[in-house]
Amino acid sequence: MTSIVKPPVRHPSLRTNALGLTLRDYEGVMSTLCAGCGHDSVTAALVQAAWELELEPHRAAKMSGIGCSSKTTAYFMKQSHGFNSVHGRMPSVTTGAAAANRGLTYIGISGDGDSLSIGLGQMCHAIRRNVDMLYVIENNGVYGLTKGQFSASADVGSTSKRGEANEQAPIDPVLLALSIGATFVARSFSGDKKQLVPILKAGLSHKGLALVDVISPCVTFNDHDGSTKSYKYTRDHEVEAVEADYVPVHLEITLPERAAPSDGGGELHVVPMHDGSAVRLRATAAGYDPTDRASAYAHVRACQARGEVATGLLFIDPASRDMHDQLRTTAAPLVDLPFESLCPGAAALDALMKRHR
Amino acid sequence: MNGVNDFAFKIGTVNGTGSASANGLLMQAIFRMGIPVSGKNIFPSNIQGLPTWYEIRVSKDGYMARPSEVDLVVALNPATYAKDVATVREGGFLLYDSSWPLPKELERDGIQILGIPFGRLCVQNFEGDRERTLLRNIAYAGALTALLGIDMAVVEKLLEETYGKKPKLLASNHTAIRLGREYAEQHFECPLPFRLERMDATGGSILIDGNTACALGALYAGATVGAWYPITPATSLMEAFKAFCEKYRVDASTGERRYCILQAEDELAAAGIVIGAGWAGARAFTNTSGPGISLMQEFIGLAYYTDIPAVFFDIQRCGPATGMPTRTQQADLVSLAYASHGDTRHPILFPANPREAFEMAVQAFDLADRLQTPLFVATDLDIGMNDWMVDRFEWDDSYRPDRGKVLDAADLEKLKRFSRYLDVDGDGIAARTLPGVGGKGAYFVRGSGHDKHAAYTEDSDAYIEVVDRLRRKFAHAATLVPRPAYTLRAGAEIGLVTLGGCDAAVREAADLLAAQEIPVDVMRIRAFPFPEEVREFIESHERVFVVEQNRDAQLRSLLTIELGIAPERLTPILDYGGMPLTARVVVDSVVRHVGGVPA
Ligand SMILES: Cc1ncc(C[n+]2csc(CCOP(=O)(O)OP(=O)(O)O)c2C)c(N)n1
Ligand code: SF4
Ligand SMILES: [Mg+2]
Repeated sequence: MTSIVKPPVRHPSLRTNALGLTLRDYEGVMSTLCAGCGHDSVTAALVQAAWELELEPHRAAKMSGIGCSSKTTAYFMKQSHGFNSVHGRMPSVTTGAAAANRGLTYIGISGDGDSLSIGLGQMCHAIRRNVDMLYVIENNGVYGLTKGQFSASADVGSTSKRGEANEQAPIDPVLLALSIGATFVARSFSGDKKQLVPILKAGLSHKGLALVDVISPCVTFNDHDGSTKSYKYTRDHEVEAVEADYVPVHLEITLPERAAPSDGGGELHVVPMHDGSAVRLRATAAGYDPTDRASAYAHVRACQARGEVATGLLFIDPASRDMHDQLRTTAAPLVDLPFESLCPGAAALDALMKRHR
Repeated sequence: MNGVNDFAFKIGTVNGTGSASANGLLMQAIFRMGIPVSGKNIFPSNIQGLPTWYEIRVSKDGYMARPSEVDLVVALNPATYAKDVATVREGGFLLYDSSWPLPKELERDGIQILGIPFGRLCVQNFEGDRERTLLRNIAYAGALTALLGIDMAVVEKLLEETYGKKPKLLASNHTAIRLGREYAEQHFECPLPFRLERMDATGGSILIDGNTACALGALYAGATVGAWYPITPATSLMEAFKAFCEKYRVDASTGERRYCILQAEDELAAAGIVIGAGWAGARAFTNTSGPGISLMQEFIGLAYYTDIPAVFFDIQRCGPATGMPTRTQQADLVSLAYASHGDTRHPILFPANPREAFEMAVQAFDLADRLQTPLFVATDLDIGMNDWMVDRFEWDDSYRPDRGKVLDAADLEKLKRFSRYLDVDGDGIAARTLPGVGGKGAYFVRGSGHDKHAAYTEDSDAYIEVVDRLRRKFAHAATLVPRPAYTLRAGAEIGLVTLGGCDAAVREAADLLAAQEIPVDVMRIRAFPFPEEVREFIESHERVFVVEQNRDAQLRSLLTIELGIAPERLTPILDYGGMPLTARVVVDSVVRHVGGVPA
């Protein structure tokens, strides 16, 4: 099997963004995932978000581990470098790439198996370092690529296709990320593009690690009755805590607000991003403050207790300092530094040798 | 041994009591007297309270290997008295702390026993337990200045350099030295029959450990990303790199750093970081030891199969498992050569001492970039952590890194199509691009099956084309890596093949064998894959011994596997107890096999 390349037909009516690129320019090779797989919708949302953000494709790098989800980096932005690494290790490879070249936008794609089991440690430590990257978990509660075993995000009582119930408590990436200091935490649903696209855009603009847990049903192994990661269950139990809207740099933040939520809703929070853009957040419940870690945590917990899935841009730290801020790395990417600025030279070595006498 | 400027002594203490500064002082004083000297720190895997020894060898002829016998033992640790007294050579000396009566374990015929009440002298002259313990060490150094004839002017200068800014410490150190020295002068005939006399043989040399040397090499090669997870005996390499970067790579006005050092969560992550950084275009490295190499296996295979440069320093220690973390060995050879699953082979450099470690560290980055592959620098605990006397390091300011085949935007302009894994000139190396380059340069790295265009494949022919190219690349590597080093003797029919830190002991053994009319040639292998001349050396000698520090004759295995040499052509000489090699081990084995008289 080789990659299937899409025919380069371009519809004359396709809209272009400020870079003169159409949505098609942000696509990749044809997906080989099962028809209806949630991951393909996440890919489509990423294409939309990158196009709307006017991301220069060659200034982005797509990073992933192993799994159906991790394969999707081939299905968008074919003009970007991509790195499909090893199972659970996308965070360290991205950390290294970001260390070397801080000038690129890093898009990390992972799965619930990739990030919450084999790669749990790496995910946590990338969060702790606050690597400047978008970190998407395409969460389907199972290992898709190895044919349907439970993953660590499976809820207690959720049943497998063969009817077996999971008895182990789930690892919730959102709660985990909040508890270890993540500076941007969101949850969304692959079936809710309207919610997902602005969250991805905000995540791409965030300085630091933006964790986006996307419930992304596996139609082949985990979309049956009894599953808590199916399309139906997620639709029925999704509760949006915060509506996010992304405001690009060149637009004033005077756009008409999204329609107020039916229950009247909470306050509007405008969070400026480091690149000059802004994210407008409107809590759907009064008193919810998306810049307050403790209330975000409490809300997700409370939803969980009620059997609901809290979605939205749940937490953002406007004062986020990324890995390079913490390490005080030079502003120019390390890969661009001239050798002369790195090698101390013969005279310095001679001086040093005297100290070893 | 055992004349003027030709002897060895050993100090047995308890770790965590501060004996390192006394031992360092002695070693440096002898070095500054112009006399060739080497020191081996034999320390426990523990922070405080277990036995530790320091062996110092003085050799006017410049032999730097661990001494085969010890002329004087300073026994200050009651827990090891029995062992220590047994290591003194017949007719040698033992110095102990006579604050307490001579313990039974220290009684032995055939040696002279000297007692100095270090403990009591310190109680009488200093306050507080900690100070008394620390200065007891300086007091034995003081006694040794008299017993061995160490130049006091040199000692004074060293103390001044170390404690010049702390007058109180300087004064108490002076007192401690004087207490030990005067007691020895008043009670014994000083100096002993083996002693020191000024020479002029260290002027072009320095004292340095291999980890510092590797760090310096990484700094000079322009490495910008270092990722690691602490492990003995590799830790001090990254600590040294950090210290160098803080000195040479911080912008004086802004405080901005031209480097990125990441203490990873484990060695898997360290390998991932280095590979990610190498892919993105930085010179990146990690430092580790056997257990870390085991954890990095999957990533090493990924970098191999996807042609990503990365430098791994493996400071070998005694395995398997946790093994003996503070003892030395060369037992990672096979696991480095074939690290990871599937068909994989990797270049390895084997420095013999810190000087070569510095040079090879620089070379490692050039070779990794040129060959686009994970590359190992294999030293060991002895090279990495002990201070060695070596020639001063030199640097040529005209050096520029060899970044290998990297296409920039202008190069890409000229191409019709960029194919990441297409070998155009037959050396097995395909040109790469760096993320961010734009144009046709984008490609997708995947550890899964890929064809020469980097596209996914499960097609046998397309797969084979790529892995066969990697085999060609490895063969090409044999023409680029450092050639062996030889020490030849007229008429020799015996060849000794060795590598890395065995070098000093093997060359000393060759001299000792020559003195017994057994001339031998020495070939020290400096890299894997083996250049063709390695086979020629083996084939041109009647009898070949392979000297290495592991149980299973791993270098010998590599020679038989890679060069197709019949195993019976290669007689193993193996030393794997964790101590640096001595010439005697080599001499005795050779003599036993060729039927001479053991030394
Ligand atoms: C070291 C290693 N162990 C096991 C596997 C097999 N494996 C491939 S994908 C996968 C699970 C993927 O699950 P997830 O990350 O949830 O992705 P999904 O397929 O569900 O999108 C496993 C166990 C592997 N590739 N590597
Ligand atoms: S197995 Fe599941 S996760 Fe994998 S492609 Fe099919 S639907 Fe998607
Ligand atoms: Mg999954």
